[in-house]
Amino acid sequence: MENNLLFYILLLPTLAAILIVVLPTTNKNTIRWTAFGSSLIPFLLSVLVWFQFDKTQPGFQFEVFAPWFSAIGSSFHFGVDGISLPMVLLTTILTPLAILASYGIKDQVKAYMALFLFLETGVLGVFISLDLLVFFLFWEIGLIPMYFLISQWGGVKRNYAALKFILVTIAGSLGLLLSIQIVGITTGTFDLVKIYELWPTLTEANFQKAIPLGLSLTVVKAIAFWAFVLAFAIKVPIWPVHTWLPDAHTEAPTAGSMILAGVLLKLGAYGFIRLVIPFFPVEAHRYAGALAALATAAIIFGALAAFAQKDLKRLVAYSSINHMGFVVLGIAAAAYAWQSPDNGLIESATIALNGSILQMFNHGLTSAGMFFLVGVIYDRTHTRQLNELGGLWAILPRYGGIFVFTAMAALGLPGLNGFVSEFLVVRGAWGIFPLATALSMIGLFFTGVYILKAIAGLLHGPRNDHWLSVPEINTREVWVIAPLMVLMLLIGVWPASILNLINHAVNFFF
Amino acid sequence: MGANMISSFDLIAILPEIFLLVLIAIIMVVDIFRKKQANGTTLGWITFSGLLIIILIKLFFLSPGNTTQNAWGGMIRVDAASFTFQLIVMVGAAITTLFSMNHQEVHDKGEYFAMLLLSVIGMSMMAAASNIILLYLAIETTAIPLYVLVGFLTKNNLSIESGLKFFLFGAFTSAVLLYGFSLLYGFTGSTHYPAILAAIEAGKISSGLLIFILLLTIVGFGAKISGFPFHFWAPDAYQGAPTPIAGYLSTASKAIGFVVIMRFMVSIFAPEPEAWSLLLALIATASMFVGNLLALVQKDIKRLFAYSSIAHAGYMLIGVASGTQLGFQAAMYYLLAYLFTNLAIFGVIHIVEKSKKSNEISAFQGLMKRSPGIALVFLIAVLSLAGIPPFGGFISKILVFLAAMEAGLIWLLIIGILNSIIALYYYLTVLRITFAESEEEPSQPVYLSWKIALSVCVIGILVLGVIFTPWLNWLNMASTNLMLLH
Amino acid sequence: MGFPILSVTIFIPLIAGLIILLFGRNKPEWIKPIALAAASLVLLLTLIIWATYRIELAGYQFTEYLPWLPQLGISYHLGVDGIGVAMLVMTGLVVFSGVMVSWNIDHRPSEFFSYLMFLATSVLGVFSSLDLFLLFFFLELAVFPKYLMIVIWGYPKTRNYGGMKLTLYLFIGSVLALIGVLAIYQASPEKTFDLLLLENAGFPVEMQRLWFPFVFLGFAILGGIFPFHSWAPDGHVAAPTAISMLLAGVEMKVGVFAALRVGIMLLPEGARHWATWILVLATINVVYGAFIAMIQKDFKYVIGFSSVSHMGLVLIGFASLNYNGLLGAGLQMFSHGVMTALFFAIVGMVYDRTHTRDIASLGGLYKVMPWTMVGFIVGGLVSMGMPGFSGFIAEIPIYMGVWQVAPLVAIISVIAIVVTAAYILLVVRKVFFGDLPKEFEGKIKDITVKDKIVIGLLSLVMIAIGLVPSLMVPLIETGVNHILAILGGV
Repeated sequence: MENNLLFYILLLPTLAAILIVVLPTTNKNTIRWTAFGSSLIPFLLSVLVWFQFDKTQPGFQFEVFAPWFSAIGSSFHFGVDGISLPMVLLTTILTPLAILASYGIKDQVKAYMALFLFLETGVLGVFISLDLLVFFLFWEIGLIPMYFLISQWGGVKRNYAALKFILVTIAGSLGLLLSIQIVGITTGTFDLVKIYELWPTLTEANFQKAIPLGLSLTVVKAIAFWAFVLAFAIKVPIWPVHTWLPDAHTEAPTAGSMILAGVLLKLGAYGFIRLVIPFFPVEAHRYAGALAALATAAIIFGALAAFAQKDLKRLVAYSSINHMGFVVLGIAAAAYAWQSPDNGLIESATIALNGSILQMFNHGLTSAGMFFLVGVIYDRTHTRQLNELGGLWAILPRYGGIFVFTAMAALGLPGLNGFVSEFLVVRGAWGIFPLATALSMIGLFFTGVYILKAIAGLLHGPRNDHWLSVPEINTREVWVIAPLMVLMLLIGVWPASILNLINHAVNFFF
Repeated sequence: MGANMISSFDLIAILPEIFLLVLIAIIMVVDIFRKKQANGTTLGWITFSGLLIIILIKLFFLSPGNTTQNAWGGMIRVDAASFTFQLIVMVGAAITTLFSMNHQEVHDKGEYFAMLLLSVIGMSMMAAASNIILLYLAIETTAIPLYVLVGFLTKNNLSIESGLKFFLFGAFTSAVLLYGFSLLYGFTGSTHYPAILAAIEAGKISSGLLIFILLLTIVGFGAKISGFPFHFWAPDAYQGAPTPIAGYLSTASKAIGFVVIMRFMVSIFAPEPEAWSLLLALIATASMFVGNLLALVQKDIKRLFAYSSIAHAGYMLIGVASGTQLGFQAAMYYLLAYLFTNLAIFGVIHIVEKSKKSNEISAFQGLMKRSPGIALVFLIAVLSLAGIPPFGGFISKILVFLAAMEAGLIWLLIIGILNSIIALYYYLTVLRITFAESEEEPSQPVYLSWKIALSVCVIGILVLGVIFTPWLNWLNMASTNLMLLH
Repeated sequence: MGFPILSVTIFIPLIAGLIILLFGRNKPEWIKPIALAAASLVLLLTLIIWATYRIELAGYQFTEYLPWLPQLGISYHLGVDGIGVAMLVMTGLVVFSGVMVSWNIDHRPSEFFSYLMFLATSVLGVFSSLDLFLLFFFLELAVFPKYLMIVIWGYPKTRNYGGMKLTLYLFIGSVLALIGVLAIYQASPEKTFDLLLLENAGFPVEMQRLWFPFVFLGFAILGGIFPFHSWAPDGHVAAPTAISMLLAGVEMKVGVFAALRVGIMLLPEGARHWATWILVLATINVVYGAFIAMIQKDFKYVIGFSSVSHMGLVLIGFASLNYNGLLGAGLQMFSHGVMTALFFAIVGMVYDRTHTRDIASLGGLYKVMPWTMVGFIVGGLVSMGMPGFSGFIAEIPIYMGVWQVAPLVAIISVIAIVVTAAYILLVVRKVFFGDLPKEFEGKIKDITVKDKIVIGLLSLVMIAIGLVPSLMVPLIETGVNHILAILGGV
């Protein structure tokens, strides 16, 4: 049945993971190809969803509903709209590529592939859940495979990084958990669609009856708002709660970093759009300025920090903070203007949010690509120190070309995808937060600086004979990066291919 | 009924005692004519079969049912209570015989069994006595054979010493008791319970004096049940006596002490229920604490169970101190369960002692390995003492606690519960040693008589622990009849 | 009255235990098969009970009634409500697993397996009793098997101390409760021990407030309530694997189950009066237990203290006295039972092979026994309340319930989740990952098929409940509704 498509997309990776675990073989290639093959099915299905999706309809489509924990009013309720669909697609694209990128993994291949597929289910679940508790369920579930991917197959400081990653994230979700419970208890349901109506219009009397906290509803809502914000901000991450990210990204295996930066960071931003703004319109409006300021800080400090790095992977990691700052800036603009009577504001916010969502998608492509390319070079040279590398373009011309292309997309070169989304965010946010936008433009400048530093440190300079014997990028690796490059170019020259969908959804959103 | 006429009912009332006398005579005669064997068990078997026949006759033909009658001009009360306790004593004596007949130093001594039977006669008269003179005579008839039995092992200094101690202590408490009795007679002019009660109710004894008499009699009875502070003889006597006799002292002798107390208190001191109830409650408290706390530090297994037996007297006194019908019933049930339990305990101690020649607790080390059957019997008995289901001790404890709750003696209940926790500690320690590892050792020989005795005890403990109704109905009758005032 | 399925379930282990004890010495090769057969049969029967319990009718089902001592209102009255069914299934699982992981016991096997069976009878009996006297009867039945099993087969260094401490604490708890139970009996108009009659007795409020602490605290000691929790880690660590599983998995539930059944259901007004104090103690349990678990160096102590922490959540659920809280507590009882059994089973497997439980000297075990790692991680995820596992299903309603009465408790106790995550992950990392110490190389064998079955079975149950809570929730809901009716009816 066509209606169950989402359900299949969600479940297939897990089934594949179980299949891989029980597969009676120790042949690593069989395992790898099984994993890759089975990760393509969700991709194809999500493409199918993409084309069957009716852009002109408001609300959620492909809804699936199954009872789960009816005793406390929670159920498996899935569905997608124009905001979540690009994220689903991004996830299902990146997973097969990440698996393809991990053929170099030699230890415990079975466990590795199984964890990866589990991770996909976890992430997809967050994007398609229309039930608060189920949302939280998948939110947390995704952490576990990631933890093990880092702690088992990561770099030298992997244990520290993995523990920091999971503890900071879990600590962030505690507030989320408590706030979700407040929402659930006072509205009597966890279904998002119902909560959208009930929670923002909750009266003081009803609230005190359900939760005798002794605080006024306004205060509680403000606290709950900040709990939500904190949890999502850690995930995004927004400065100053970003410190787990450089460690985790640097220590994770290549494919792990691809998924971390490409998909997992989007969970936080997605949470802002899906939950924070509709749940707490008043608070969101009130604190949108602060959010914009933090976003600006993330953009500037992220860029500066990236510039200061000597380790290429750390540099790319910090670039995520910088890029995600734009996402948050757009979200802040949307938060400020949400349900505002002023049409001009709404228009600006629509543009900004369009940019935000597109930026999420784009950053998914570029950061995954960048991490992959860092991984490629690290596999060959076993170093990521910029001062040890250099002059590689002459030795690896194909790799050099690919790297520059991807880096340009990240930099925001017009004609490539990064430009479109960053421009939209800045264009939209200008009408709402002129100062923050202006400052982030400076951040944009620094983006160019650190990207160029990376290119210079890695590729330019005198030919380094030390690396003469390093082999060129191989076919499999090209196959990993090629789809990403195609998409970067496609969105860059024909943004409407994806913006059409997003724009409709954003219009319904406001 | 004329005072000088002896009716057939009077004879029937003491028929078992008459049979017991005949049995004693038979034993004395056989003892003279039998062939002397190293391990002869003839005397034991005769005693046992005789007792068994008397028990069966009593059980099936002489049950008084739910009636209360007086015999011998009111000296003897024939009711369910005396019937029950006489049976308890006889069963106790029968099992003691089974354990004794393989005892190296007593199995071929006719006088040993004769003394045992004589004490049974005394006890069964104590159970039925309704007259202070008869009661005193019965007490002495019981006590003198017991002094002899405790000191029976003449080659063993400890036995002689403990016999002497027991004797001195018994004589002293008897004298105090006698003083109390003489005061009663002096002020009321009667030796019959009902007449004494009538006189007291008529105000012939001032309340203060009555309390004084109460104290005097409690001294005498307290020694019989080895309650604090009249318990000093017990550990020494148990330690020195032949082990089967220690079991007998702790069960049959204690049971009789209790029935005497219960009968005496409700019959004589009915006007002062609070006084005797409080006094008994205090004795119960002290006995439990002293017994359990001192048991914690014992190294000799017989002394340990002697102190445990003092503590158990305390639990039983909780029931008596409640002064209610349920309380008496509970105390009786407790005694019944305790009969089988403690006989099994001392039986096992006797068996271990015989093979290991030691009374140290460490002699039990590895018993489970050597003789699993015996160890399991011991396990059951100790758990029953600790009040663990499905054994008799569990329901007994619940019943006495329930009685205390019903009577509003909540403080006593809490003390009782506190003590059962302390007691669990040393019971578990003993069990741990029993079940601990040991070198491979030959298993202990177990005689047929022991097997019978231990089986009877185990069945008794289990049956009392799982099936309650018939026994409680019976004891209900006994306690109701006991409380009837004439 | 139909087939007495509860009686059969309760007494199968007893009979098997007696057979093993009496004949096991002569036929040692039959001991384990008999025990396993009995345990499987119990598991099967509990599953049948679970499948045939009619949720739409709710209430006590499979009841059996025989007068036992009518003079005192004592009867052999069995029956289970939804919560009881859940406990029976959990017991069935744990007993089965306990027998399976004890397969390598070759030291005095006849005694070991017979005591194990006696213990099973005791706990099954408590969960099925509808008569207070019967409940105590079964409860105290467990005293000697658990003590002897700890001191004979336990960890040599601490078994005497741990065994005695555990047994005495549990005994203290049960006799403390006994005082209250006798008071309930005394106050009941019909003079009965029958729970169904007592539920409707409508005791005076003052009486309920006076006696509730005895009953509740007494039973809660069995559940490890602060500050009477110290028996749990010491005892569990000293015990052999199967007994740790049964003690922590089932025996602690016996305590809280009885606290619910006798304390809250018979004395609802008392519960209302004392709820705040329970919340305070239980919150300390949760947070303190988690922190102490984090600093342990002994693998098994970590699990021991984590039980203390998790049982606190059950008590918090009870004390919130509302639908969510009670529902969560019921689920947590089930979930924690299975989880702890799994944990202790794994600790046992590791110890049997490495002969150490010092976390620092272990490492890299995933290379030699990957199943234990998977099992431990699943248990760990349940333990930290990770969504998708049964722990989440249980903890969410508890937190929701306590939000409604004491939001502060919800906020404080939620800290335990992070701490739990920290210690579980630390243990996973140090014990299972990293490098295998040299002295173990080539010396450690993988776990047996039976061990794998245990790990697989228990893990699957927890995941199944996590994903399909309706396997268990409606069942527990019936029990909770009944309790709410009692609470509301006063």
